[in-house]
Amino acid sequence: MPSRIDYDRERRNPCGCGIAALMSAKRNVFSGELVVKSLDNMRERGNGLGAGYAGYGIYPDRKNYYSLHLMYDHDQARQLSEDYLRSHFRIFDSEPIPTRANAGISSPPIFYRYFVLPKEEAIEPKPGNLFSPEAAPSAEQSSDEFVMNRVTEVNSRIQGAFIISSGKNMGVFKGVGFPLEIGEFFRLDEYQAYCWIGHSRFPTNTPGWWGGAHPFTMLDTSVVHNGEISSYGINRRYVEMFGYRCAMMTDSEVVAYIFDFLHRRQKIPLALIPAILSSEFWQNIDRLDQDAKELYQTIRQVYGSALLNGPYAIVVGHRDGMFGLSDRVKLRPMIAARKEDVLYIASEESGIREICPEPDLVWMPRAGELVAASYDEVRQ
Amino acid sequence: MRMIQPDFRIVIDREKCRKCGRCSFNCGFGALSFTDRVIPDPDKCAGCHRCVSFCPEQAILVEANPLCFRANDNWTPGHIKAIYKQAETGGILLTGMGNDKPYLNINDHLLLDACQVTNPSIDPLREPMELRTYLGRRPEKLEFSRNNGKWKLQGPVPNTLKVELPILFAPMSYGSISYNAFQSLCMAAKELGTLMYTGEGGLPKELYSYGDHIILQVASGRFGVDAEYLNTGIGVQIKIGQGAKPGIGGHLPGEKIPSHISRTRMIPEGTDALSPAPQHDIYSIEDLRMLIYALKEATGYKPVCVKIAAVHNVAAIASGILRAGADQVYLDGFRAGTGAAPFITRDHLGIPIEVAVAVVDQRLREEGIRHLGTIVAAGSVRSAADVVKLIALGADAVAIGTAALVAMGCHLCQKCHTGNCSWGIATQRPDLVRRLDPEWATERLVNLVRGWEHEIKDVMGAMGINAIESLRGNRERLRGLGLDSETLRILGVKPVGAPM
Repeated sequence: MPSRIDYDRERRNPCGCGIAALMSAKRNVFSGELVVKSLDNMRERGNGLGAGYAGYGIYPDRKNYYSLHLMYDHDQARQLSEDYLRSHFRIFDSEPIPTRANAGISSPPIFYRYFVLPKEEAIEPKPGNLFSPEAAPSAEQSSDEFVMNRVTEVNSRIQGAFIISSGKNMGVFKGVGFPLEIGEFFRLDEYQAYCWIGHSRFPTNTPGWWGGAHPFTMLDTSVVHNGEISSYGINRRYVEMFGYRCAMMTDSEVVAYIFDFLHRRQKIPLALIPAILSSEFWQNIDRLDQDAKELYQTIRQVYGSALLNGPYAIVVGHRDGMFGLSDRVKLRPMIAARKEDVLYIASEESGIREICPEPDLVWMPRAGELVAASYDEVRQ
Repeated sequence: MRMIQPDFRIVIDREKCRKCGRCSFNCGFGALSFTDRVIPDPDKCAGCHRCVSFCPEQAILVEANPLCFRANDNWTPGHIKAIYKQAETGGILLTGMGNDKPYLNINDHLLLDACQVTNPSIDPLREPMELRTYLGRRPEKLEFSRNNGKWKLQGPVPNTLKVELPILFAPMSYGSISYNAFQSLCMAAKELGTLMYTGEGGLPKELYSYGDHIILQVASGRFGVDAEYLNTGIGVQIKIGQGAKPGIGGHLPGEKIPSHISRTRMIPEGTDALSPAPQHDIYSIEDLRMLIYALKEATGYKPVCVKIAAVHNVAAIASGILRAGADQVYLDGFRAGTGAAPFITRDHLGIPIEVAVAVVDQRLREEGIRHLGTIVAAGSVRSAADVVKLIALGADAVAIGTAALVAMGCHLCQKCHTGNCSWGIATQRPDLVRRLDPEWATERLVNLVRGWEHEIKDVMGAMGINAIESLRGNRERLRGLGLDSETLRILGVKPVGAPM
């Protein structure tokens, strides 16, 4: 709970939206043009006040580094952030994110990317001592945990600086504009990725803020969201208990933190994630066999605060693949299709047919049904 | 000379009165006698409306005594009368029911949200709306195993209690209320799929069959506690304090201890049952931990609830209770009811339940342990709106005491401690107890809770929420109207007009 009363900073913007995503299980790459084209076909679902993309596999020659995409409101924020990054990370490469001006984009913030690893001393185990001879894990047990905490710190503490993505071999490109314009601005045609997820935004009131565009991320997780979370108040307070801070002025970012918490930190298998985010109704759980009943009853009891209530369709990109999920009564549209090893998910079938005219299979997932694909080979 | 004038005036309409004598028969306080006609004695009138409710001719009016002191906003009639009484007796003044002073009521200054356009409201008449709640301790994380493509839970199922809706019956001891009232609560809890707490008076053997819906109390007087008792219910509640009288023990006047109460409480007939102020084996948090685990050992590890009054440092105390191993923390606000309490404690000690829930929930979150235990809130839950607001502030469930008594006929006359309850609720006089038909009272309790259930579902649907866990602690759906900014900050609630 913020001690400072600043409702303007706290304000968030629910929105209606369009989503589009595609992923190749064989890690065949596509240019960013495809996902842009799909979203552009659903132009009516946005109002030009936000669009964004996440690409996985875009930095193959720098895939072992965390790629931090930063958005700065002004150069002073950049200097402060770079001092901060230098004191916590070894920076292997950094550059402005290439952009191309176009008529639809006005007064963009400054975008930089950094390829980094945590400084070794920050995460190495503490040596043993007289009282505990075993070497103790440091407070932040892994590089991931370290990066998560630094991202949270920058986003909640440094005015005018936001880390908009922080995974490996992936990155987020987002801003205020229609999907086509944002795609052109970030020159997405020049990137090749095996998974793209994209979003077109229709905010119901507008601060015209670039950070408010989707996707929202934490480490390798990126989320695009069409919906409004009526349980946001408790979802946020729940993840904040575990060190996350909501700083992006929209309800959607909490989904990225919930997934990161459940899947990476609590190690909940992907197959059971829908039982938390879009839980079955009790009346259906009660009808299951004993083992299944115990399983789902317990999951709801333990993780009830992570249930996402209200209408939503989300697509989540993560380290091992991608999935789509809608709310427990399916109040927002979501269509899926397959063509060979590629999974497509979009708000409308037209968005899929625009880039894949003859899919092998098109279907309308049920409420709370997991639509998932994972990469075939062992993780690189 | 009479220094103290009656609070009420009883007006009999002699035109209408047919001299049937029902009013006189019904008055538990002896305020109406009948010779050839009804003779009121306003000095004895409690204002309980029993006579009015039973007069077939509507010939009785009970009104506030218009006799007044010279207007004085500082020296109120209440202050003056209390001084007369104490000048006469030199004693502590006793009363019943909860704090009736005009302190700010926070629930009445909170407003709920509803969906419009961007987020559809949900229709509870046509779609599922879930209120089921589990009370008790949860593990830090779950582990799973996979067998033949099916996921299975690794490790034990959490030892929690299932209730079909987050409304429980608050502890009111057998002794402070009658057998019939107590039995009605048992029957209603069973029918509603919820639970009741016993309070400190033990459990009559004849009601052991309701054990699956009862959490048994262990209080400082240890009334009625033995091994069989402890193992009869689904859990045990350690009572540290109650909202109406934090820091002191229970009071049951000897007038309310006839043979069956004496048997259940395991104390002599007609003696005042005054529980010690503290539990004399709990002088510290580590002592509490020992009693929690002693009770768990004694009951085969049934859930243990610790009930405390909402006092200034309630957040730290609740955190300690959870860390000491309790499964539930039961918070009782300063407006909670009682069968007997000194005016001074009832009216001046403790803090509102809304604040207690807010600070306890927030403190447990700051310490990263909120998800491990359960918060039950009580202390003047008057309506379904109060239930929704307390849950949105952070409670898992609420308990109702006074509201349940009112459903059974209580008129809040605040004379529970006299044992003369005309409605057969807070009395042990056989002639009065038999007036309360348990089947009738059970039906009214069930109706009340069902009515609230429908109302809660309606406002949840309006908020676009179809499971109670999405309302719990969701303060984003509350706004404060007319609360100062410091109170709002402590509640974690924004003022009206603040956007999402």
